[in-house]
Amino acid sequence: MGLPVPSLSQTSAALCFLLILLVPLAVAGLALVNAGLGRSRSAAHVMLASLCVFGVAATVFVAIGFSWQGCAGRSAHLMTIGGKTWNWIAAEPFFLRGLPLDLSAESLIVLLQVFSVGLAAVIPLSAGSDRWRLGASCASSALLAGWTYPLFAHWVWGGGWLSQLGANSGLGKGLVDGGGASTIQAVGGLTALSVTWVLGPRRGKFSPAGIPAGIPGHSPVLALAGCLMAWAGWLGLNSAGAILFAGTNPSSVVLTVLNTTLCATAAGLTAAVVTRVRFGRPDASLSANGWMAGLVASSAAAAFLKPAIAILVGIVAGGLVLSAIDLLESRLAIDDPGGAISVHAVAGIWGLVAGSLFSVGGPDGQWLAQLAGITTLLGFVLPLTYGLNWLLDKVYRQRVDEEGEVQGMDLYELGAGAYPEFVVHSDEFMQR
Amino acid sequence: MAAGWAIVVAALLLLPSTASRVAFVLAGMAVEVLGLVLAVRSHRVLNVDRG
Repeated sequence: MGLPVPSLSQTSAALCFLLILLVPLAVAGLALVNAGLGRSRSAAHVMLASLCVFGVAATVFVAIGFSWQGCAGRSAHLMTIGGKTWNWIAAEPFFLRGLPLDLSAESLIVLLQVFSVGLAAVIPLSAGSDRWRLGASCASSALLAGWTYPLFAHWVWGGGWLSQLGANSGLGKGLVDGGGASTIQAVGGLTALSVTWVLGPRRGKFSPAGIPAGIPGHSPVLALAGCLMAWAGWLGLNSAGAILFAGTNPSSVVLTVLNTTLCATAAGLTAAVVTRVRFGRPDASLSANGWMAGLVASSAAAAFLKPAIAILVGIVAGGLVLSAIDLLESRLAIDDPGGAISVHAVAGIWGLVAGSLFSVGGPDGQWLAQLAGITTLLGFVLPLTYGLNWLLDKVYRQRVDEEGEVQGMDLYELGAGAYPEFVVHSDEFMQR
Repeated sequence: MAAGWAIVVAALLLLPSTASRVAFVLAGMAVEVLGLVLAVRSHRVLNVDRG
C-alpha cells in the first residue's frame, strides 16, 4: 500500500477545502492562455470549448472515472506477483455512491480530483487550437476523464502499484507527486501530443519542405493575464495536493506556496531573458509559456524543495520549455499553437526528475520510482491516449472541414466571432 | 513504447537486486525512446504532407 489517506483535523480539513477552491483559477488561467496564444478568429471557440470540456470531464469522472481511481486504502482489484500484492485498479461504485461527501479527507480528494481532471482536459485544447471540432474535443475529454486519467492517477494517488513501489520493492516512498506533475500535467500534455498527431498541423503551417510558418498568438495580454490567474490556482493545487497525496503536514503550506511562486517566477524570467538575448526583445508569448512551465515543474515536489533549489528548478524549466517548443516546431513538424506539449508534458516530466534529484531524496531507490513513473507515462499513457484518440477519429472525425479552417472556428462552429467589430485578417502568414 | 514499459514493469516487480533492476529499467527506457523516435519520425512525414 502507498501513502494512506491522511487523517485531518477540522482546521486542516478547512484549510484544504479553501486551498481546493483556488484550483478552478488554474483552469480559468489556462483557458485564457490557450485563447491568447491562438488566433483571434478562434478565441471564443477556445473559451467555450474550455467550459464544455471541463463540464464533460467533471461529469464523466464523477459518473465512472472515480470508480477506477479511488482512494488509497479503499476497495480495489489486487494481483499477487512475485509474492507481493499489487493494487492495479480501484473498485468503487459509479457516481460516488457510498462515499462520505463531508469534510473528510476522502471527500476532499474527490473534490480536488474533479477539478484536476478538468484541468487535465483543458490542456490539449491549446494543441488542437484552430482546427479541433467542439464535439470532438468533448468526446476526447470524456475518454481522458473516463479512462486515461483515472487509471494513471490511481497508480500514483489511489494506492496503486507506482505508489506501492516503496513498500513492496524498497524504492524510497514509491512515486511521489504531490501536485500532479505526472497525473495532471504530463497526462494532459501527452494527450495534447496525441491530438496534434491525429489532427495534423494547421492549414499552411508547414511548407512542402517542412519549414514552419510563424502564426503568432492574437493576444499576449490574455495569455499573460491567464498566467497570473493560473499562479493563484497552482498555489491551491500544489498545497492541497501535498497535504492529501504526499502526506505533508498542513504547516508546510507556506513552503509549498513559496516554492511554487519561486519556480514560476524563475522560469518566466529565464524565458524573458533568453528571448531577449536571442531576438533582441523579450517575447511575451514565450515568457508566458516559461511562467506556466515553472508552475508545472513545481507541482511534483514544491512541498519538499529548498527555496534556492526551487529557483534552480524554475530556471531549468524556463530554458527547457523554449528548447522543446523550438525542437517540436522546427525539427519535428509538430504544430502545437499554445506550446501545451512543451509546457505540460516536458516540464511535468522535468518536475518528476527534479523531485527525485533534489528533494524527495532520502531512502535509496527513490529515483528509480520516479523513473518508473516517467516510463509509465511514455510507455503506457501515450500509446493509450493516442490509441483512444485515433479510434475516436475513425468513428467521429476530429478535425474541422477545410472551410472551417478558412473561416475560423468562431464563425464556422459558433456563428459569430469573438471580436465582431475588428477587421479579420487574411492568412498573410501563409507561404506561397 | 509499450514493450519498453512492459520490460520496466517486469523488472521492478520481479527482479530482486537493485543492480539488475536498474539495468532492465534503463534497457526498457531505451526501447521506449526508440519507439518514440519512430513515432515522431513517421508523424513528421505525415504532418509535412498535410501542412
